[in-house]
Amino acid sequence: MILDIITSGLINGSVYALLAIGFSLIFGAARIVNLAHTAFYMVASYCIYYATHKMGIHPVLAMLVAIILATLIGLVCYKLFIDPIREHEAAVLIATIAMAMAMQEVMLLIFTGDFLSVPALVKGYLKIIGVKIAYQQLLTICVALLILAGVWAVLMKTRLGLAVRATAQDREVANLMGMNESRVAMITMGVSVGLAAFAGAVVVPLAVVNPHMWMHPLIFMLAVVVLGGLGSLKGSFVGAYILGFAESLVVFLLPMGAFLKGSVALSIMILVLLIRPEGLFGVAFEEER
Amino acid sequence: MKRSKFLLSILLVACLFMAISLPAHAAKVIKIGVIGPMKFVQGKGHWNGATMAAEEINAKGGLWVGKKKMKIELVKADSNEFLSMTDATNAMELLLTRHKVDFIVGGFRTEAVLAMQDMAMDHKKIFIGVGAASDEICTRVAKDYDTYKYWFRGSPFNSTYLGKTSFIHLGTVAAILKMSLNIPTIKVAVVAEKAMWTEGMIKACQVYLPKMGMEVVGIWRPSAVATDVTAELSAIQRSEAHIVFTIFSSSVGITFARQAGELKIPAAMVGINVEAQKDGFYEATERMGDYVMTMNTYARGVEVNELTTRFVNTYIERFGETPTYTADTYTAIIYSLGPTIEEAGTLDADKIVTILENREYAVPSGKIGYMKDAQGRHLHDVKWGPGYLTSLGVQWQDGKLVAVWPNRWKAAKGLPEITYKGVVPYKIAPWIIEKYKK
Repeated sequence: MILDIITSGLINGSVYALLAIGFSLIFGAARIVNLAHTAFYMVASYCIYYATHKMGIHPVLAMLVAIILATLIGLVCYKLFIDPIREHEAAVLIATIAMAMAMQEVMLLIFTGDFLSVPALVKGYLKIIGVKIAYQQLLTICVALLILAGVWAVLMKTRLGLAVRATAQDREVANLMGMNESRVAMITMGVSVGLAAFAGAVVVPLAVVNPHMWMHPLIFMLAVVVLGGLGSLKGSFVGAYILGFAESLVVFLLPMGAFLKGSVALSIMILVLLIRPEGLFGVAFEEER
Repeated sequence: MKRSKFLLSILLVACLFMAISLPAHAAKVIKIGVIGPMKFVQGKGHWNGATMAAEEINAKGGLWVGKKKMKIELVKADSNEFLSMTDATNAMELLLTRHKVDFIVGGFRTEAVLAMQDMAMDHKKIFIGVGAASDEICTRVAKDYDTYKYWFRGSPFNSTYLGKTSFIHLGTVAAILKMSLNIPTIKVAVVAEKAMWTEGMIKACQVYLPKMGMEVVGIWRPSAVATDVTAELSAIQRSEAHIVFTIFSSSVGITFARQAGELKIPAAMVGINVEAQKDGFYEATERMGDYVMTMNTYARGVEVNELTTRFVNTYIERFGETPTYTADTYTAIIYSLGPTIEEAGTLDADKIVTILENREYAVPSGKIGYMKDAQGRHLHDVKWGPGYLTSLGVQWQDGKLVAVWPNRWKAAKGLPEITYKGVVPYKIAPWIIEKYKK
């Protein structure tokens, strides 16, 4: 049973990490709480569905198209709805949730509420000590780790990453040093939405595509980033696996209460926040700032 | 001049007022409100069934109401009840107060239907439920007949009988596994989504399955919209269950079937999986849904009685898919309301209730008769059993949804065996055979 819990926890955690990293990135760099983050994941999922099932495009190509399209939509949304009100955090919150709901309604109108699906990139499963793991799930874990490594490399090893980190530390000083803070925020938004779309591309073959698929991950993603410390990539990663393992433990140890896995995970978040209100890695981030 | 303008204005306002407040029957039209989650498959079924019924009646010139022939006019109301109870009650309010409908058909989620039922009863409008299964909706009729007598269940039969039929399906599959694979005691994993309607069935599983000679190895309760159930599947596999008894009405039914198929979990899936009743299930599971068995109302090529084939074929021809049970709005209008209105010769709800509650009539899925409770009080709930409604047991075989039950089914000792025309034998998944065949 321990191996089952570890495998299942790793899979859950990787999915949450994929989603939370993009969200943390835009919050850390531009102080934007983008509640429409998982809605872009939904849009990407529908794009992949449409491209594969209606246009007959190969899933990998469909995923690339979906990531580009969702990123472009994200940038347009940013320019039209977020950038003008960026200084007002409460307004951004409301605007992004409204954007998410608008995207949901558009998908509902186009695709109705039918449950749809997207083919797995790799079919079949692997058996490790009696535990069956689908190849698609293994792919999700690997991609999550690769993306994290990629984001870390961009932030630490490139001029863009330097600009993002500088802006995250102090926007005014970054501006005075000649960095176009607004452009950096826009690029970061693009990367963040791209990550959400990428998450969608990898996760969607495991999930059911429907217009409300953004809601549940949004709650979990918020829980992960709050648990890990707002804006902390490391925190998001660790938080995602904590909640992922918590969910698995509930399912295996309390089968009748499997539906409580979300509640238990959120309770852990509350518990951590009671002891450490800034989240697991929040202080270090603030000190950096 | 001023005076004539004033009078003209008054006249215009009066005409307008008359036009909007004119009762439907004065306009020689019977208004039927069709309420359901219209952006979802369930609501589409509601609307499609009702549309087909209205078209058929209107093609014949309408229904005789006394000496007048009145056509049917449908009013569509999107209850959006999966997402918002407020939307559901608002939609019902619109039907009752703005559109002033004469009858209502539809509804799906029990929680929403209970609220909508109260509103329809306040307006003394006959509401035929097509979708919600909870017993509670009908026990209200027995407890407070004067208030709730305008409610009738159309489809499906109530949760108690849904449970009973599912147990019969479970027993049938268990017997096949036992016989084919020489399994002495069948182990059952119960997987029920977290929803109000599944509570009673879970309790029944714990009580009745051991009595049926089966061992319950665990009960799992994933969320109705869970997008990943691999943890549950791993746990089920560890439990060495031979059968997974599913109780699903939402998207988790797709997730579960798809992931179980992908991982080739060696346990037969049987029970209720509403998503598996739909033509789109196989594609939605990315062709992993084979061998899933569920209860259903209709299947292509299966004939319950002389009305079934015509209804199913016409529906498929008209809408391109097999009808699900929410399309029984067709039955509610064509067979329940239509003949009753003609017999009553009026649209008066009280007179129609008196006639309808005593009628027994054939419908495409069997025969409808209304039950009374142990104290002889009207329930306005549909009868279950041979000769009435039994439903079908359907299984996905090679990408096709076929009926596998009733197949030589005996409801009780001494009663004749029942096999509906078009039913085929149940198939065991090859990976189950591979694991257990000695």
